[in-house]
Amino acid sequence: MLLLRASLRAGTTFVLMLVALMLVTFLIGKAAPIDPVLKVVGDRATPEVYQAAKVEMGLDRPLYEQFVRYVWRAAQGDLGQSTSTGRPVVQDLALYFPATIELATFGLLLGVLFGVPLGILAAHKHNQWIDQLLRIVCLFGYSVPVFWLGLVGLLVFYAKLGWVAGPGRLDDVYQFTLETWSNFVLIDAWRAGNMEALRNALSHLALPSVLLGYFSLAYISRMTRAFFLEELGKEYVLAARVKGASEFHVLVRHVLPNVAAPLFTVISLSYAVLLEGAVLTETVFSWPGLGSYITGALFSADTSAVLGGTLLIGVCFVVLNSLTDLISYLADPRARA
Amino acid sequence: MKLKPYAALLGAIISFGAAAATPKDTLVVAKNIEDIVALDPAQAFEFSSGEMVSNMYEPLVQYDPRDPTKVVPGVAASWKIAADGKSLEFALRPNAVFASGNPVRAEDVVFSFRRVIKLNKAPAFILAQLGWTNDSIAQMVTKLPNGNVSVAWTGVFGPGYVLNVLAARPGNIVDEKLVMANEQAGDLGNAWLNRNSAGSGPFVLKQFRPKEALLLEANKRAAEPPKLNGVLFRNVTEPATQRLLIEQGDVDIARDLGPDQIAALRTRTDLRVEDFPQAVVHFISLNQKSEKLRNPAVWEAMRYLVDYDSIAKQLLRGQMRVHQAFLPVGFAGALTTTPYKLDPDRAKAILTQAGITNLEIDLDLINTPRFMDMAQSIQATMAKAGIKLNLLPGTGAQVITRYRARQHQAMLLFWGPDFFDPHSNAKAFAYNVDNSDAAFQSTTTWRNSWLVPELSAKAMDALKESNPARRATLYQALQQEVQAKSPIIVTFQEQNQAAFRSNVKGYIQGSVADLIKYEGVTK
Repeated sequence: MLLLRASLRAGTTFVLMLVALMLVTFLIGKAAPIDPVLKVVGDRATPEVYQAAKVEMGLDRPLYEQFVRYVWRAAQGDLGQSTSTGRPVVQDLALYFPATIELATFGLLLGVLFGVPLGILAAHKHNQWIDQLLRIVCLFGYSVPVFWLGLVGLLVFYAKLGWVAGPGRLDDVYQFTLETWSNFVLIDAWRAGNMEALRNALSHLALPSVLLGYFSLAYISRMTRAFFLEELGKEYVLAARVKGASEFHVLVRHVLPNVAAPLFTVISLSYAVLLEGAVLTETVFSWPGLGSYITGALFSADTSAVLGGTLLIGVCFVVLNSLTDLISYLADPRARA
Repeated sequence: MKLKPYAALLGAIISFGAAAATPKDTLVVAKNIEDIVALDPAQAFEFSSGEMVSNMYEPLVQYDPRDPTKVVPGVAASWKIAADGKSLEFALRPNAVFASGNPVRAEDVVFSFRRVIKLNKAPAFILAQLGWTNDSIAQMVTKLPNGNVSVAWTGVFGPGYVLNVLAARPGNIVDEKLVMANEQAGDLGNAWLNRNSAGSGPFVLKQFRPKEALLLEANKRAAEPPKLNGVLFRNVTEPATQRLLIEQGDVDIARDLGPDQIAALRTRTDLRVEDFPQAVVHFISLNQKSEKLRNPAVWEAMRYLVDYDSIAKQLLRGQMRVHQAFLPVGFAGALTTTPYKLDPDRAKAILTQAGITNLEIDLDLINTPRFMDMAQSIQATMAKAGIKLNLLPGTGAQVITRYRARQHQAMLLFWGPDFFDPHSNAKAFAYNVDNSDAAFQSTTTWRNSWLVPELSAKAMDALKESNPARRATLYQALQQEVQAKSPIIVTFQEQNQAAFRSNVKGYIQGSVADLIKYEGVTK
C-alpha cells in the first residue's frame, strides 16, 4: 500500500513535469519570430492556400486550445505531424532516436571506460606531471570546437589513413539492402546475420563515438578526480593505509564504493546529455540523429517536432534519474537508512 | 598489463579497413536534401523536390534542359492551337506507359490537372493562372472523342505562355489508377505520393528516408530508360564533409560545395568541377514603407556602393556572376548590361546633391556564410559614402517571415522564377497595382511596398505579346527601366558548382532544379 502510494505520487510528479516541460517548449516555440506555415506552403503561396494550410494545422485556434489539443493527442500517443519532414513525429523519432542512442551509448561506454580510471589515476598522482598532463588533455576536450575535431578526425582516419568508414551510418551497398527492423543498424545487421554490414556499421560508428567519448571522458574524469580527492583526505583512508592496504586496494575497494553514488549521477547525466543528440557531431558525420532533427525543426518553427523531441528527451532524463536513484540506493547503504 | 583490454579495443577499431568505392550501377550524389517536404508533384515546391519530381514524372510538354526557351514533347507527342486561339489540343505519345505498366491515357492528364487544382497546395497557383478553378476545370481540360486532350484557358496571354505553364512542376502527369488505389481519407493519394511515385519519367522512387537518403531506381518502361540502375542521394549538409567524400570516391558527385572546397578540388586530376549558371538573381531591396528609403537618389547612390567585381571574383569565387537585370541569363530577352560599378565618390555626390546625410539603414539577411560575406562587403562599401548599414542576420524562415510582413528596411535576398517564362520575373519585379496590406503578393515589388501602375501596364503588354522577338524586346525595355530607377538593386546571378569523379559523364544541369537530369549519366 505504501509502495503503491509512493509510485502513484512519483507518477503524478512525472506527468506534471512533462506537461510543464511541454508548456515551456510550446511557449518558446510560439514566441519565435518564425511563421510555421511557410515550411508547408512555401514562400509564394496565394493567401487562400496559406489560409487553408493554417487552418489545417490548427494555427487559427487560440493558443490555449492549441496546447490543450496537443497534450490530449500526445496522451494518446499522437505527437502530431512534422511540417519539415511531412511525416508523423512518432515515426520520425523512431527513425532518428535509435541513431542517437547507438552513438550516445558507445560514446558513454568509452567515456566511462577511460574517464573513470584516468580520473582515479589523476587523483592518485595528484599535482604530479601525469595529473597535469591529464588536465591538459581534458581542457583540450572541453575547449576545442567539436566540428573542427570531427573534420580533422575524418581527414586523418578516414581520408588519409583509411582506418574507418566515412560519414553516414552505413556504406551505400548496405544502406538499402539491409532490412530495417528496429532502426538500430547494429541490431538490424545482427538480426539479418549480415556480419559484413555489422562490421561496416561499427566502422562508421567508431570515429563519431570516439569523439563523443572524448568529450564525456573529459567531464567524467575531472569529476572522478574531484570525488576521489575529497575522499582521500578522510580518516578511513588513513586507517586503511595504516593497516597496510595497497594503494590499489585503498582506491578500488575503499574509496570507489564511497564515491559510487555521485559518480553514477555524473555518468547518467552525461548519458542524458549525449542522448539529446550532438548537433555539430551529427552534422559533420552526416548522422541522422535526434539533435539535428530538433535543431532543423526549430529553425522552421516545426512545433510538433520540437515538442515531440523535447518530450522524448524529458522522458530520458526522468528515467535516467530514477535509475540512478535506484542504483545509488542499492549501492550505498547510507541511502537505504 | 592493465592497458591490455584497451589496446585490444583500439586494435579492433583500427582494423576496420574502410575506403569503399561507390556501387558500379548506381550514381551516388552527396547533397543537402533536408529541404524536401513533399514529393507529390501537386505539392512539391522545394528545390530538391523539384529535382526529384522532374526525374520521376513527365509533363505534357517539357523544357529542353539545354535550351529552356524551347519546349519539347513530354507525354504529348504533338500539339496544335485550336481555331479560337484559346485552347490547345495535345496528342499523347502512342504506347506511353507509366512505371506501373498502366498506359498513359487522356484521363490521366485530366485527372492530374484537376487534382492539382482540387488539392490547392503551394504550386497550384501556377496552373490556376490559366483561369482554372474547382468549378471550371471540368470544362477546360477535357478528353476529346479522338482520344486527344483539349486544354483551354482564359486570360490575355498566348499559347507560348500556356505551354511554359504546362511544362512547370505541377503540370506533371500522374497515374490515376495507381494513385486512386492508394487514396486515404479523400486525399487524392497525396500522402502516398509523398513517399512513392506514380509517373512515366526515367526513374521511380525506391526509398526515401528524410534527412538521410533518397534512392531513385531506373524505370525500365520509360521512353528512354536510364543508363544506370539508380541514383542515390545521400544527405550531407556539411560542405567540408562533401569534399572528403568525393575525394575518397565514396560519392560520384558533390553538389553543395563552398568556394573553399571548389578551389581545393580544382587542383585534383581525378575530379572535375563544372559551373552551372542558375536562373536565380540576387538583389538588395529597399522597403518603401520606410520614409527615408523613398528618395530615388538613395536608390541610385546605393547602386554605386556595391563592389560587384570583388564579391563575385574574390569573395564568392565563381558562385555568383555580376548581373544587374531581373531576367537571368538564359531567359529570352535577358538584359546583360552591367552599367554599375563601385564608385563611392559618385555616390557621395548624388547623396550630397539630394541633401541626404546620416543615412542609417537596417539590412535583413539570411545568416549563411554566403549572405554574411556579401553583406559585410556591402556594409564596408556603403560606409565609404556615409551610409551606415546595420546587419540583421536571421535564419531563412525568420527573414522570410519579416519580409512577408513588410517589416524590414532593406533586404538582401534572391529570387528564382516559379516557372520558365519571363513573365514570372516581370511580375515579381515590375508589377504591383494594389499596395494595400490586404492585397498580399509574393512579388518583390509588393513586399517592398513599391507601387508601379505604369510599369505594371507595360509588363502586361509584354505578357500579351505573342510574337517571341517583339516580346523579348518589350522585356528588355522593362528591365532597363527597373535597372535605372527602382528600389530593387539586382546585383548577381547565381552559379552552381558541382564536383564530379572524372568517370561520371552525361549529367545535365539546367538553370532551375527541374532541369537536372540523370537518365543519361554513365560512370
